[in-house]
Amino acid sequence: MIRLKVNGVERSFDGDPTMPLLWYLRDELALTGTKFGCGMSLCGACTVHLNGKAVRSCVTPMRLTESAQVVTIEGISANGTHPVQLAWMQINVPQCGYCQSGQIMSAVALLDTNRNPSDAQIDEAMSGNICRCGTYQRIRAAIKAAAGASREQK
Amino acid sequence: MSKSRHRASAIAPGEIQNVSRRRFLKGVLSAGALILSVRLLHRTTSAASPISIGMTHADRATLHPSAFVGIESDGTVYIVAHRSEMGTGIRTSLPLVVADELDADWTRVKLEQAIGDWRYGGQDTDGSHSIRDFFDVMREAGATARAMLIEAAAARWKVRPAECETDLHEVIHRPTGRKFGYGALAADAAKFPVPDRRTLKLKTKSQWRYIGKGHPSYDLAPICTGQAVYGMDARMDGMAYAAVMHPPVLGGKIKSYDDKEALKVKGVRQVVTIDPFKSAPGFQPLGGVAVLADNTWAAFQGRRKLTVEWDNGPNAAYNSAQYKKDLFETVRAPGKVARTAGDVDAEFKKGGRAIEAEYYVPHLAHAPMEPPAAVAEYRNGKVTAWTCTQNPQAVQDIVSQQLSIPRDNVICHVTLLGGGFGRKSKPDYVAEAAVLSKKIGGPVKVVWSREDDIKFGYYHTVSAMYMKAALGANGMPTAWLQRSAFPPIASTFKEGELYGGAGDLSLGWTDIPYDIPNLRVENGPAKAYVRIGWLRSVANIYHAFAVQSFSDELAHAAGRNPVDYLLELIGPARIIDLKGTDYTNYGAPYSYYPIDTGRMRRVVELAAEKADWGKRKMGNGTGMGIAVHRSFLTYVATVVEVEVDGGGKLRIPRVHTAVDAGLIANPEAARAQFEGAAVFGASLARTGEITATGGIIDQSNFHDYRVARMPEAPQRTDVYFIEDGAPPAGIGEPGVPPFAPALCNAIFAATGRRIRELPLSRHQIG
Repeated sequence: MIRLKVNGVERSFDGDPTMPLLWYLRDELALTGTKFGCGMSLCGACTVHLNGKAVRSCVTPMRLTESAQVVTIEGISANGTHPVQLAWMQINVPQCGYCQSGQIMSAVALLDTNRNPSDAQIDEAMSGNICRCGTYQRIRAAIKAAAGASREQK
Repeated sequence: MSKSRHRASAIAPGEIQNVSRRRFLKGVLSAGALILSVRLLHRTTSAASPISIGMTHADRATLHPSAFVGIESDGTVYIVAHRSEMGTGIRTSLPLVVADELDADWTRVKLEQAIGDWRYGGQDTDGSHSIRDFFDVMREAGATARAMLIEAAAARWKVRPAECETDLHEVIHRPTGRKFGYGALAADAAKFPVPDRRTLKLKTKSQWRYIGKGHPSYDLAPICTGQAVYGMDARMDGMAYAAVMHPPVLGGKIKSYDDKEALKVKGVRQVVTIDPFKSAPGFQPLGGVAVLADNTWAAFQGRRKLTVEWDNGPNAAYNSAQYKKDLFETVRAPGKVARTAGDVDAEFKKGGRAIEAEYYVPHLAHAPMEPPAAVAEYRNGKVTAWTCTQNPQAVQDIVSQQLSIPRDNVICHVTLLGGGFGRKSKPDYVAEAAVLSKKIGGPVKVVWSREDDIKFGYYHTVSAMYMKAALGANGMPTAWLQRSAFPPIASTFKEGELYGGAGDLSLGWTDIPYDIPNLRVENGPAKAYVRIGWLRSVANIYHAFAVQSFSDELAHAAGRNPVDYLLELIGPARIIDLKGTDYTNYGAPYSYYPIDTGRMRRVVELAAEKADWGKRKMGNGTGMGIAVHRSFLTYVATVVEVEVDGGGKLRIPRVHTAVDAGLIANPEAARAQFEGAAVFGASLARTGEITATGGIIDQSNFHDYRVARMPEAPQRTDVYFIEDGAPPAGIGEPGVPPFAPALCNAIFAATGRRIRELPLSRHQIG
């Protein structure tokens, strides 16, 4: 039996310990904001936070989640009010939107460690997240806007 | 000229112009030429049974003057979005048009997604024609409801309707300033007859509140909070999750299979087979062995444990490396003539300066971020499906054929789409779910893995183009010959199709807009070994690559500035005469949407001006390239700036795209489409290549079918719109075709290396 917290809620899991966290979130908890894109840690659509760090849930087996704190797109703010979410909406980042949960989770993790990332640092941090619609320049702008908004709040 | 553009199209009011199956089979649909023009607003029935009547809030609302609009007594306005949302914003853009003519407060509008039903007209969301086809229909939908609300208010006040006007969800009696909210009038308005569309008073352009100004996506907040529902997220109680092992070679059949190990996987419920398709594949399931399980992971694991022996069939002969050589051989010989003017051969025989070049664009995969997925339940002779589809009506067709049930017994709900790019207008995956549901007697969710998506797609075709021009003393061509060969889209729908039809060749090939006295356009035969399908901008990709690369080559051969040369190739402003050429013009009347070289010139001039063309140093690894292309009735010129270092590392710092798409309903969404098109173009140009060995696709996931990530994408794309009164044209696709040639022309300017075969990764540029 694996015990973990997902978005602050205590959970337990007694299925296949090799099952990736992605499918536990999606198929068992119906937290479908975390997306399946590649299954090989290549596209970033499945990005969640595991103990505060961005991970690809599609290659994170459940056995590694014992006692972990997992946060998904559904858990980063109560009503879409995280500064990164607000910036995403202000700049109209999404097109189809499918990759954007993962993009937002990667961006939040980036800004948690770097309050004022440069273009190169943004490119580096976000290069694991594919957007097939091609919203990259708006993602970059939104990350900067979110960084600016966070600095103003301090 | 602009007046003639605004002449109403040829479709009479109330008439439904249906689609001929034959045109579809010819691949015309692929071109987006599938047009179901409708003026069915005032009818709630159509030739097809209106299966969805009563299913929407709009239908059940107090006032429901058409299939698209309903108004409740509390003032809530329901608007039905009948086109699929895959990122273009169409689910917002068309309802905004309704809301504008209704003078509705957008914050009180609730959108409903239509199920597949012909009462809404065509729902096949591809070919960049949603706004073009439905702009007037949506305006009338809004204006009809507004007229009825005014009637109701006027009757209450006992005044003439002409004394009343509307302003943001209220009817106002102008002389007295009295007001009623829309909700308070809905019940009364419902008692009035639906007015004849010819009596409707549409707003003038200056009165538009939303059209041309736009609005963020209706789904923006749900997307940013993870609440938006895609096909991959759909579920039904008790459903089994299915993974299908498809035949590795198209048309392959099962010789034998062993599912013992698969059935041992915890969570696997059962294993069943799906029959192979008959005749040409069309939208039929590919066939194979399906593993049904308690969750997606178990289904995937079970599939890995299957042992299947396949009879690969004749398509195992496909080796794309050899096929490429064969295609080049084909285009070196004369093909079928698709358009001719003057005498190209006589001009070439004069023996002046001639330039030849050959180009190649490989197969591409759509690779939408959401792989295909569908939930379906077969019960009592009916199917209910929830899926990410660009075409719920095609879902109805294929499911009814596969299960031998009436089309009206197929209810297809449309979720959001995690990208489409043409892949999701081909509903083979939905048919799989329906077939499996009938087999196991319960709801089934089919989930395609990324490997399924890459290995079993409907590929953008593979093409070779041969170009030859004779240059006169002034360096301009006096004769121009272009030949292409590619397996046509029609081969997916009819066995043995070898030649490009008008549906393929009209996309940037027969419609070459150059001012050249001797011109011949040809097409040679090419056999298909994989399913060929339309992909964002379709045949325009390779046609524009050849024509626009070759134009740049000629400019350099003539020692001319490529922009000046391009403008001279286009020639003076005029309408191109295509009489005698089988030209589809994206299904639009040519008189209404002619090829206007004046508009083409203007986008070239604007893109060059914005890019400071000719004012900045090029060479030494820095360069600019330009390309122009008309597709989906929209004119686009793109200037790409590149930096290429000595090791071949390519950076794309800036892109300037000038667009004349006529009237633009939702500018912010349109801008995003052209930004995205540059990234899509960068992906296909840099690394886009699907190959096959022994009929098996060599690529499988994003490590070997690479698409642009943030550092590989253009760092910044600026989009400039020209609007001068032309009617609305395509937005989603026309940004793609000029990108690859503009990029390769820029690489030539920067390095002196001419890239004639895509992708760049084959040339150690990356």
